[in-house]
Amino acid sequence: MEAVHGHDHAHDHHGPTGIMKYLTTTNHKDIGSMYLWFSFSMFLLGGAMALVIRAELFQPGLQIVNPEFFNAMTTYHGLIMVFGAIMPAFVGFANWLIPMQIGAPDMAFPRMNNWSFWLLPPAALLLILAQFTPGGPAGVGWTLYPPLTIQQGMSMDLTIFAVHILGMSSIMGSINIITTVLNMRAPGMTLMKMPLFCWTWLITAYLLIAVMPVLAGAVTMLLTDRHFDTHFFNPAGGGDPVLFQHIFWFFGHPEVYIIAIPAFGVISQVIPAFARKPLFGYSSMVYATASIAILSFLVWAHHMYTVGMPVQAQLYFMFATMLIAVPTGVKVFNWVATMWKGSMTFETPMLFAIGFLFLFTIGGFTGLVLAITPVDVQLHDTYYVVAHFHYVMVAGALFSAFAGIYFWLPKWIGKMYDEGLGKLHFWLSFIFFNLAFFVQHFLGLAGMPRRIPDYSLQFTDFNMVSTIGAFGFGLSQLLFLYIILKAIRSGEKAPQRPWEGADSIEWTMLPTPAPYHSFEKPPVIR
Amino acid sequence: MASTTHANPNSYYLPAPSHWPVVGSVAVFLLMLSLVMWMNDVNGGLLVMAAAFAVMLYFLFGWFGTVIRESESGLYNKQVDVSYRWAMSWFIFSEVMFFAAFFGALFYMRALSVPWLADAETGDLLWQGFKSAWPVSGPGIEETFTPMGAWGIPAINTLILLTSGLTVTWAHWGLKKNNRGQLTFGLLLTIVLGLVFLSLQVYEYVHAYRDLNLTLASGAYGATFFMLTGFHGFHVTLGTIMLIVIFFRALKGHFTPERHFGFEAVSWYWHFVDVVWLLLFVLVYWLV
Ligand code: HEM
Ligand SMILES: [Cu+2]
Repeated sequence: MEAVHGHDHAHDHHGPTGIMKYLTTTNHKDIGSMYLWFSFSMFLLGGAMALVIRAELFQPGLQIVNPEFFNAMTTYHGLIMVFGAIMPAFVGFANWLIPMQIGAPDMAFPRMNNWSFWLLPPAALLLILAQFTPGGPAGVGWTLYPPLTIQQGMSMDLTIFAVHILGMSSIMGSINIITTVLNMRAPGMTLMKMPLFCWTWLITAYLLIAVMPVLAGAVTMLLTDRHFDTHFFNPAGGGDPVLFQHIFWFFGHPEVYIIAIPAFGVISQVIPAFARKPLFGYSSMVYATASIAILSFLVWAHHMYTVGMPVQAQLYFMFATMLIAVPTGVKVFNWVATMWKGSMTFETPMLFAIGFLFLFTIGGFTGLVLAITPVDVQLHDTYYVVAHFHYVMVAGALFSAFAGIYFWLPKWIGKMYDEGLGKLHFWLSFIFFNLAFFVQHFLGLAGMPRRIPDYSLQFTDFNMVSTIGAFGFGLSQLLFLYIILKAIRSGEKAPQRPWEGADSIEWTMLPTPAPYHSFEKPPVIR
Repeated sequence: MASTTHANPNSYYLPAPSHWPVVGSVAVFLLMLSLVMWMNDVNGGLLVMAAAFAVMLYFLFGWFGTVIRESESGLYNKQVDVSYRWAMSWFIFSEVMFFAAFFGALFYMRALSVPWLADAETGDLLWQGFKSAWPVSGPGIEETFTPMGAWGIPAINTLILLTSGLTVTWAHWGLKKNNRGQLTFGLLLTIVLGLVFLSLQVYEYVHAYRDLNLTLASGAYGATFFMLTGFHGFHVTLGTIMLIVIFFRALKGHFTPERHFGFEAVSWYWHFVDVVWLLLFVLVYWLV
């Protein structure tokens, strides 16, 4: 269907300008850009916190920060990266791409779309305020386990309410995405013809709506335990701190797939474009993604092997967790099969996609190692776990976001980035990432605990390497900022289809750069 | 494409830039900030809260007012209607999951953590003499309480909510037959039933605190009892407010026998609240 615009300001660009334009916009592209810039600024903030952690861990002993502050840094680094950097980045992609990929004029609810975004800055502000409250910032870890969370000061409450706001934003964003995908597709764009990115977001949005309210419930119980004398997590009243862990991880494990699944979607579009072959096993990709999503609800207690659980439960969670490797393996093999005998070229997006493929697979394997209960009893809360989830979240989700940015930037702004610098960004990121995180496997296997500002002498060498890697990685991201700004200011004009292998409809049916309203009239899909 | 404000069955309505979302964000921020201040005894918390509620009201009236105006001027075609249906369904699903967290906590405490605290190992080491039971406040709480019986007010409230589910459906039939009297009267009945339910609920809480010594601090039972019934009551309150809005819209002549999703959304919500209550009645009040 065609689109009509209320008063049509936005349409002829005579609407509000300057900051007001962004405060009031109802355009999916403006909102997508805001998400992406917000995400990048949170990435820098969270990154700075990570560098504080790494600087402290450069040598054994306490040198730079006190332990309380160190704990606060691990807490807010985690929260900001998960909720502020990675999740909004992919919502930014969803905003930019879904309407263009399904042949819609915009998202189903453009105003609510804007609200979903504008809830993020207040949440970030609460998290920042939490750094400056009496009693200092909460040092409880991003998992917010009681009883420690019950004993913190005011910053804990600010954090809890920030989580509430972030949840509201995610739920509204997800409702919007699901509705858009289900109801706004152009005629002929059947579900099984959609680009895989849309599929992955449909499934992710479902996961978000299912688990964000559960997280809201968990932090609400924390709040009432803190201030209103309930005993959810206090054994004296018949409660149990482990109850929190169950509720948190019922949210938490799906959450890691909320981060990973849209990344799969991006990779599933980048690899075929540069292999110049259609994606191998499209429908098996859809089914695999859906199975991952369903299974992700059934494995949460693999984060809790050490808290005390009946052996039967441990066995169940172990095998269920390993089962996830099957659909994940389907995806990895499909990506590899897509490249098989393709005529590949290695522009920056493809480099990041291949980097993703190698490193995410390593992260998946270490996940399998951790899934084995007796092994995890050794490795739980060591640096091995830190290595595992950075392989899946940084080299997985973040690399895929980089791949997506380089891939779609020409479509979005109509200009090319500097290919040489892009490749440099990839190689710097790839090398420094591995420097920072590969050694953490050894540290964890040797028994170095996570979230502790000091360590025994024998861990020194690997920690130094890790810190050097982390600073290198952090600095390389400034290059990324430079590349993007340079492309926006003075990039060469992008051709209509810069990647000849890219064949979803945003490339084949829309001009470059894409017009402000994607499809005023729905395209005809064969 | 030329700008148009007339209903066009072939076009999907895209709203112009709007300041309401940002107003909403300000309201939410102030509200959260004021709650933190209030809970931590920071001066001025209540003042900020008052400001938050003022902005919130402005926001709700502004945004929903806009949507209602757009809807009444016929800007929403069939496809927009379908969008709203999907959105409301998924929103209710999110609410279901929110309650699921608290029902999960109830299950966990009743079936797992309370018995564990009384079992041989823990009991002997930490809480000698504690016997597993339900309702219970927990091994470390000296004060005793009387649990809330199921067959007094709660049973009456069950009847009231079930009846209100019928009256709202009866109102819907009236709307579909274009019998406006039946519509408004059915809505009015539903609202009254909702208000009676809420009053009885308040009465029950007063009774619990004053006579039964049953409070939020009454351990596992008190926490789950008040949090579950409290959040449910909060949802009934929201539902009643929504019904009141719909009632006045109906009086103003809004809704047609064919197009009335605003009405349906509220009735879906009302039925959802109803179902949650049935679960509550069985799991919180009855099976003790
Ligand atoms: C084959 C797939 C995967 C398996 C089998 C797996 C398994 C595990 C296990 C068993 C743990 C708990 C380790 C412990 O605390 O002792 C864990 C931790 C973690 N995983 Fe995974 N994982 C997988 C994929 C992912 C993905 C895709 C992500 C995110 C994108 C992810 C993010 C995390 C995070 C953040 C933690 C640590 C949470 C914390 O304690 O702070 N994992 N994983
Ligand atoms: Cu997990």
